[in-house]
Amino acid sequence: MSFLDALIDHINYIGAMALFVIGLHTVVTHSNLIKRIMGINIMGTAVFLFFVAIGNVTGGVPPIIDQTNPDAVYINPLPSVLILTGIVVVVSITVYSLSLVIRIYETHGTIDQEEIAKMTSEDRDQ
Amino acid sequence: MRKRLYLLLFVGLFLVLSYNIMQMPGKSTVDAPAYNDTTEHYLNESIEETGAINVVGAILADYRAFDTLGETIVLFTSIVAVASILKVADQKKKEDDHE
Amino acid sequence: MNDIIIKSITRLIIPFIQLYGVYIILHGHVSPGGGFAGGAMIGTSLVLYTLVFGIDKSKQKFSHRVSEYAESGGILLYVSLGLIGIVITGSFLTNIEAGFPIGNPGSVLSGGMIPLLMVGIGIKVASTFITLFHTLIEEEVV
Repeated sequence: MSFLDALIDHINYIGAMALFVIGLHTVVTHSNLIKRIMGINIMGTAVFLFFVAIGNVTGGVPPIIDQTNPDAVYINPLPSVLILTGIVVVVSITVYSLSLVIRIYETHGTIDQEEIAKMTSEDRDQ
Repeated sequence: MRKRLYLLLFVGLFLVLSYNIMQMPGKSTVDAPAYNDTTEHYLNESIEETGAINVVGAILADYRAFDTLGETIVLFTSIVAVASILKVADQKKKEDDHE
Repeated sequence: MNDIIIKSITRLIIPFIQLYGVYIILHGHVSPGGGFAGGAMIGTSLVLYTLVFGIDKSKQKFSHRVSEYAESGGILLYVSLGLIGIVITGSFLTNIEAGFPIGNPGSVLSGGMIPLLMVGIGIKVASTFITLFHTLIEEEVV
């Protein structure tokens, strides 16, 4: 019973870990570069969820101070602010890698990692 | 076969991560270690010190405004990086066509 | 896309999206939102315009010159507001100590320089969205 209680208390963290593993699985097992970028995005989302879950307070309200109600319990605003920075970084990384994928497609004619590796090794053998 | 091996590996990784994450303080209350003096200061003093009732906005644009400046520079840098990859090759292609 | 329904609906809905984005930016210090969320909304409305009416028409509305000025203008607004703090108090990006009026907390005109900084961030984010999108789709993949 105590295990189930602990599970319910940590359900946000466990969800974040599940998202992270799904993203890592996508990155490792797919050779399509676009799918890999999607996997990196899912991993980033997992980190955001983990960080925001740390700042959660059960029964708390968003940190917009209500001066008529001084007893209100607010959630922790600091992780939310830090994650706002993280979102911008993930957007930048995504755009940069997408532009690299466009360039790779123009050079090799494919965006499949294994085919590209095969082509480059053939070039080296010649 | 290989797919199943990968699946097994990642399920194992998930179990290890979950076991470790269970050691974290679970109950989301104001007594959690993350809810420390910094947070209390932001929540109690932000109206006097910044005049904004949205504490997230106050931290973003006043307490940690320098951080946000770095963030906008990250956006700027991403544009420069993307343009340096895509635009330069475009110009090269045009020059090749002229020759 | 040459569908009359999509074109009419888009023409109708874009002003409201942009108005809502401006509202989110200007109320960044009294309600959830702020420069990043509102700027993303305005940028997304321009992306929608590009998707529906094509890159050529979108270039007429939001050319490279405009995006250059918007990019640099957003950061310049931010840094110059910080420099006001340096001139008056000696430290970068000070708010109340530098003499910005604190206003009545809870009203739109409050928070010193926070709304102005949010406007700078919003311009920057919106122009970044649309510039990156134009740069990516301009590429003619063979």
